Amino acid sequence: MTTIDLHRLTGAYALHALSDDENVSFERHLARCEPCAQEAAELRATAARLGLAAETAPSPALREHVLRRITTVRQEAPGTVGGPLSARDGRRARLLSRWALAACLAAVAALGGTAVWEHRRAEDAGERAHRAAGTADEIAAVLAAPDARTRAAELGDGATGAVVVSRELDRAVFVVSGMTHPPGGKVYQLWFDDAGSMRPAGVMDPRRSDQVVLLRGAVDGASGMGITVEPVGGSREPTSGPVALMTLPA
Amino acid sequence: MKEAVDIGSNPSTEPDLQGLLGQVALGDEEAFAGVYDAVAGPVLGVVRAVLRDHAQSEEVAQEVLVEVWRTAPRYRPDRGTAINWILTLAHRRAVDRVRSVDAAAARDHRAALLDRVPEYDEVAEHVEARLEREQVRRCLRTLTEIQRQAVTLAYYRGLTYREVAEALHLPLGTVKTRLRDGLIRLRDCLGVTA
Ligand SMILES: [Zn+2]
Repeated sequence: MTTIDLHRLTGAYALHALSDDENVSFERHLARCEPCAQEAAELRATAARLGLAAETAPSPALREHVLRRITTVRQEAPGTVGGPLSARDGRRARLLSRWALAACLAAVAALGGTAVWEHRRAEDAGERAHRAAGTADEIAAVLAAPDARTRAAELGDGATGAVVVSRELDRAVFVVSGMTHPPGGKVYQLWFDDAGSMRPAGVMDPRRSDQVVLLRGAVDGASGMGITVEPVGGSREPTSGPVALMTLPA
Repeated sequence: MKEAVDIGSNPSTEPDLQGLLGQVALGDEEAFAGVYDAVAGPVLGVVRAVLRDHAQSEEVAQEVLVEVWRTAPRYRPDRGTAINWILTLAHRRAVDRVRSVDAAAARDHRAALLDRVPEYDEVAEHVEARLEREQVRRCLRTLTEIQRQAVTLAYYRGLTYREVAEALHLPLGTVKTRLRDGLIRLRDCLGVTA
């Protein structure tokens, strides 16, 4: 199929009117074609209005069935976490931490002075560059720590992430690849999960889909980390559902 | 159930559903009951429009609602509103069911579908959401006959564009284009933003 043909498929795609094969190749196209992705999202939303208009009253029995069933159905993790890799599969873990390290080093090098996870408008460029250099050192220290443990996860939509924790340094580094850009005026904010309560841990650079982030603050016994979409500058507590939740390696 | 009607059309209530879904993502069963009350009617409506069989529709709607619970942690607010995410899932599962039935049943189904284009009033006969229904009806009227038929067959009957082409005796390329420009016209009439 030619590219011009593909651009015309947004309508059929939004209506689930493509065959499975066509659907797969069109989704591949969507990942590369921003105008189609935007149009497809709008047409999906339009199709949903056709659905909303068809609303019909369900029987009370349906409510009972569904609410009973969910008590026995386990929820998916935001990313399919493969368990603590270092404990279960040493070789994979080593490969992974080497991958994480390589990715980190490449990213840190590429980022140069912009590996800054906190946007403070007032600070001048010199101070920012200084802080970034400090951040790169701290990231390297966490990755090189003898007790560094890594846990990787698929974050959905083709993004993959790995969190590296050194309990001794009490710091964590998050490495992500293939993250979609947040909507305009928004950033991804990171959180430490302290037994269910979320503690802000800095924001990510909204312009980069691959990055290495030193989580702000000490790990301090946190059991997990989460990512939410927040207004630029970040929030004190999450204002939207998590894009991803990961358990920290022990 | 009254509030459920407003969820898609009134932006001020949407954040509530979004917030509830966020809690559901953290395993909150009570929040899920709230989500259920807001979306079960539209979910069943979508499924029933496509499947038409009552018992099968409740079964598929149940699967969809349980899937909402199961996959809530994967919902991405930046990719669209909660109600759009849920109704897209509902439509997908209804369409999957239509297309997965065994060959003989599928032939019967297709024969019935290709028989004639359903009138909107007919597909929406159980509609509770009057306001939404009126608005959609009004906007469907702004489409050309072919656009309206193509969109209706694809969405409310779950036909592929190939089947739509067959039913309306149109070339494939024409159907692709009509599905797209028909939906674009609907989008603009309804004032939909992604
Ligand atoms: Zn395109």
